[in-house]
Amino acid sequence: MGLTDVYTAALMEHNAHPDYKYQMDDVTCSHEGINPSCGDDITLSLHLDGDTIDEAAFTGHGCAVSQSSADIMADLITDRSVSDARDLCSLFIQMIRGEVTDDTQLAALGDAAQLKSIAHMPARVKCAELAWRTCLHILNDREQPSNA
Amino acid sequence: MNTTATCGVVPASVERRPIEHTYVTASNMRDDHQQHNTDLVNTATDITTNPFKADFPLLTHEHDLVFLDSAATAQRPQSVLDAQQNFYERLNSNPLRGLYRLSVEATQAIADVRQTTASFIGAPSADEIVFTRNATESLNLLARSLGNTVVHAGDEVCITIMEHHSNLIPWQQLCAATGAHLVYMRPDDQGVLTDATIEQSIGPKTRIVSVAHVSNVLGVENPITKIARRAHEVGALCIVDGAQSAPHLPIDVAKLGCDAFAFSAHKLFGPMGIGVMWARRDLLEAMPPMLTGGEMIDWVTETDAGWAPIPQKFEAGTQDAAGIAGLGAAIDYIESIGHATLQKREQTLAASCVHALQSLPYINVIGPDDPHRHVGVVSFNVDGIHPHDVASILDAQNIAIRAGHHCAQPLLHWMGIDSCCRASVALYNDQGDIDRLVDGLQKVWAIFHGTN
Repeated sequence: MGLTDVYTAALMEHNAHPDYKYQMDDVTCSHEGINPSCGDDITLSLHLDGDTIDEAAFTGHGCAVSQSSADIMADLITDRSVSDARDLCSLFIQMIRGEVTDDTQLAALGDAAQLKSIAHMPARVKCAELAWRTCLHILNDREQPSNA
Repeated sequence: MNTTATCGVVPASVERRPIEHTYVTASNMRDDHQQHNTDLVNTATDITTNPFKADFPLLTHEHDLVFLDSAATAQRPQSVLDAQQNFYERLNSNPLRGLYRLSVEATQAIADVRQTTASFIGAPSADEIVFTRNATESLNLLARSLGNTVVHAGDEVCITIMEHHSNLIPWQQLCAATGAHLVYMRPDDQGVLTDATIEQSIGPKTRIVSVAHVSNVLGVENPITKIARRAHEVGALCIVDGAQSAPHLPIDVAKLGCDAFAFSAHKLFGPMGIGVMWARRDLLEAMPPMLTGGEMIDWVTETDAGWAPIPQKFEAGTQDAAGIAGLGAAIDYIESIGHATLQKREQTLAASCVHALQSLPYINVIGPDDPHRHVGVVSFNVDGIHPHDVASILDAQNIAIRAGHHCAQPLLHWMGIDSCCRASVALYNDQGDIDRLVDGLQKVWAIFHGTN
């Protein structure tokens, strides 16, 4: 029925037992992302060591798709550079919007590539994207002062 | 008044009764005595049969779809679609403007539906019926035109916590602009606005009370006659948001005792894009127009303008005349079935839905415990599973429900939840739909917990 493509065992595991859902103590930067239409609400916090994201965590509430997507993302961007993380977020959003479908290209996303089939569920695209959009917002904000 | 001349069709359902048993399902909720009942009304209200589905082309086309989102928008019967097409095929011309036969006929078609609509809600006169785009626009018009006329700094506007945003934000905005206070009535745990609440909330400073007739989340019918009486005691006006009541309950604005009433056509089997605002004649005459322009004037000079009489004063620009014809056909459809039948069938459906959901240990039904107090709407949550996941997994089984905040964020916040699921019924639903919903929810539970 296609449901098993989305509600996979891996996704359900991230939803039930998220590793990165906690209040971080030493926050370098954070941002709250909201989906006004559905009420999903995620506050993403990052700790940076120079140019490296050495800790990522989130709090908030929402559906299994938004919560597990956030957990998968936090795992993926930990220990990455700001620029790598930004590229990964952009790639994920392109995948969810069906703009990038090539599996070899998507391999960079690791477990997050499992959310590819959300592209076929337009009503859920915003849920899957929320954490990644929130992360991009933080990273683009950090970029701006150096551009200025 | 010959409204069928306007619409050009007789509702298909009139000719189709009695009744094909299109959707008989086994159910332990079936009343045995109904099984061989040949009485038409009883057959129509027997929810194990479905004499109405065939009237609705979308449901015929989507024959496997379980549509439980009629509180968001209902499906339309063939007669409504025909009425809209008939307007464009036989009557299309700009109403009110032309002096030729076609335009006169189009004008008459709108006048006929205005009369049909007035009769439908017990309004004393057709010219108190203003056509808008939807209930939202009707309520905005009341808040702006009437609100600005009667509400001043220090006054109070009283609404309930269960309002749809469309009967909340316009008053919030009015209060912010005028310096008035917005007062909320809150129901008890069974969804009841008690006499004490009504008395305490509506007082000498209250100028306007605006209340949902039926809550789009809790499904409860609010005690409008009591609220209107209290409003009038203190010299306030009573406005009713009938978006969720007009599709299910017989409406009589005189009996309700309200001063204005708003509803949308698309929730009562009519087209999207047509709404109705009824208000007392003296109020309409005192209210300034919200929109100005074509067709709403008596005269215009370089520096000034005078307004047309009601209702044209409030209907600037070209109306959706085909949509109005569709509204007429929708009302004809409801009246061909009869409110007694409609109400009994929908009550039985909603109660059956509440019963069925209450039987699942992991479902929390929101709103009154009494199944018979849910007017068309049954909101619920599944323990520990977000409503959007519930809706997606049901959707994969071709079951359409609504999930989210239902444009009632203050209510949900007050109840301590972020969102909920909502199944809503109309006469074209049947026991089979409820059974499918229950099966679907068992699947939801199984996906999250690996077992039923």
